Amino acid sequence: MSDAAADAMHLVDYRAGDLRQVPTRNGFGEGLIEAGARDPNVLGICADLSESTRFEGFRKAHPRQYIEIGVSEQMLVAMAGGLASVGKIPWIASYAMFNPGRSWEQVRTIMALNETNVKIAGAHAGVSVGPDGATHQAIEDIAIMRVIPHMTVVVPCDAVQTKKATLMLSQTWGPAYLRFGREKSAVITSDDTPFEVGKAQLFREGRDVAIVACGILVYNALIAADRLAREAGIECRVVNNHTVKPMDQTGVLDAARACGAIVTVEEHQQQAGMGSRVAEILAQHHPTPVEFVGVDDCFGQSGDPAELIEHYGMGVAAIEQAVRRAYRRKKL
Amino acid sequence: MQTLSPERLQELELRANDVRQGIIRSLLAAGSGHSAGPLDMSDIFTALYGHLMRHDPARPDWPDRDRLILSCGHIAPVRYSAMANFGYFPVEELLTLRKFGSRLQGHPERAKLPSVETTSGPLGEGLGQAVGMALAAKMDAKDFHLWVIASDAEHQCGLHWEAVLTAAKFKLDNITVIVDRNFIQIDGSTEDVMPLEPFAQKYRAFNWEVFECDGNDIAAFVETAQRARETTGKPQVIVALTVPGKGISYMEGDYTWHGKPPNAQQADEALRELTAQRESILARG
Repeated sequence: MSDAAADAMHLVDYRAGDLRQVPTRNGFGEGLIEAGARDPNVLGICADLSESTRFEGFRKAHPRQYIEIGVSEQMLVAMAGGLASVGKIPWIASYAMFNPGRSWEQVRTIMALNETNVKIAGAHAGVSVGPDGATHQAIEDIAIMRVIPHMTVVVPCDAVQTKKATLMLSQTWGPAYLRFGREKSAVITSDDTPFEVGKAQLFREGRDVAIVACGILVYNALIAADRLAREAGIECRVVNNHTVKPMDQTGVLDAARACGAIVTVEEHQQQAGMGSRVAEILAQHHPTPVEFVGVDDCFGQSGDPAELIEHYGMGVAAIEQAVRRAYRRKKL
Repeated sequence: MQTLSPERLQELELRANDVRQGIIRSLLAAGSGHSAGPLDMSDIFTALYGHLMRHDPARPDWPDRDRLILSCGHIAPVRYSAMANFGYFPVEELLTLRKFGSRLQGHPERAKLPSVETTSGPLGEGLGQAVGMALAAKMDAKDFHLWVIASDAEHQCGLHWEAVLTAAKFKLDNITVIVDRNFIQIDGSTEDVMPLEPFAQKYRAFNWEVFECDGNDIAAFVETAQRARETTGKPQVIVALTVPGKGISYMEGDYTWHGKPPNAQQADEALRELTAQRESILARG
């Protein structure tokens, strides 16, 4: 068992059975309250989802910095662009499916081309939204955001990291997209874990295959890595690749050079997501076998979150299988 | 409220004539672009830059400036020509319209040209941004005003109405929307493509203060805009009736001039007409 990397990152003991389970959205809520206290220009603009996006605490703590505009996601972006052009730092939050899902052209024109300091919080991303079903499960949002110039795209791995990302993005000029989920998920980082936008994190050392993951599935990647070491003697490096754009090219290439095979893991379509960006970097600079874990070109459905993660091929067993495939390809 | 003196009105009419000439020259040089809308809005842009707005060409980033938000970005030639004629950049630069490397993009971009305020072109997006700016002004106790230019056809966009709702909710009386009611769009008459009437009633139903005037009569527009601006507790809209292609006889009222520029011969003819108009304004004394 190689724990030096986990220690260096101040991870909690993720092998313990009683990990704290907290929704990543809570990290956003807590981070925004703190960001709003640090800077009165930080605003929250809500489109009728104050409880589920975790805006509620911010509204209570900073009522004068909170704006409610009802069910109008395109307006979220337009209005935020106007506020930002007069020096405000607006966070706009809705379900990722509606913002940036519905508002993409406004995001491109008003946030990115227009160069405004607007931050999007995309809540309820991924199939793990669960019972709401496919209409509410954003699994294409990374794709549509990572192709926009000037945009920063961050997918933190747990609630603690989501809080840090919220604070950091609030302090850093530029249009940004922060993606997080609805369900409780394992907290694997601690207050002492460093976080820097654009800097991938080595969570586990290994020389056989590198698992490059983002979001709540980083935990599944760590568990899969442990099982593979125990059961097959395959030692996986695990990289928390939380920043999809601008991606840490050095971190990705280091992983490819060290291991010679890559598995990407994300709660998103395999097509055009985080893993695709990894593959683009590798194809250009260091061709390496890649296996993709994610939704395979289909829509989700209603169900229990854990059941959906399994069904759509993103569970621990699916990651193990992908690692074994990558490992075999490397040996060829 | 002061009315325009005859001398001031004459001065503004001459500036509007300059603005129209700049539009024709830049469109000819560009070889593409929109003619009808820019020409019919020349009088209003002149009134705004020349009389109504608090602005300073030497300080395009002056925090307390009034903001002119051009929502229908395709009529950019009139904004560019007005900006050039009121000192924001040399008039000769108008000839770079739509050319490689130019600050005068086919549709305006804030990051390229100071004082453009927003990037526009995709329709229906200007008012929403103005609402954000207006709310920021209220939060910071600033007294700058938001002048929003919108086309009539962009009232077919859902986002514009989201913004209309929001401006009313927050009682943003620091916003005046000026609608270029010329009844045309690319595919024909607005009332055939997607009817907008009763236009003014729609805004009244959304709790806006509504004004109507002839958008090609500078004196009438200035008087109306001043009255609108004095409104408290409500955003205002001025439905400005305009003649598409105003000032150029062969373009006036013809929707086919919405999205094309004049060729060399047509531009000559247009400039001759504008020169004649200029002489008759001067002759009025």
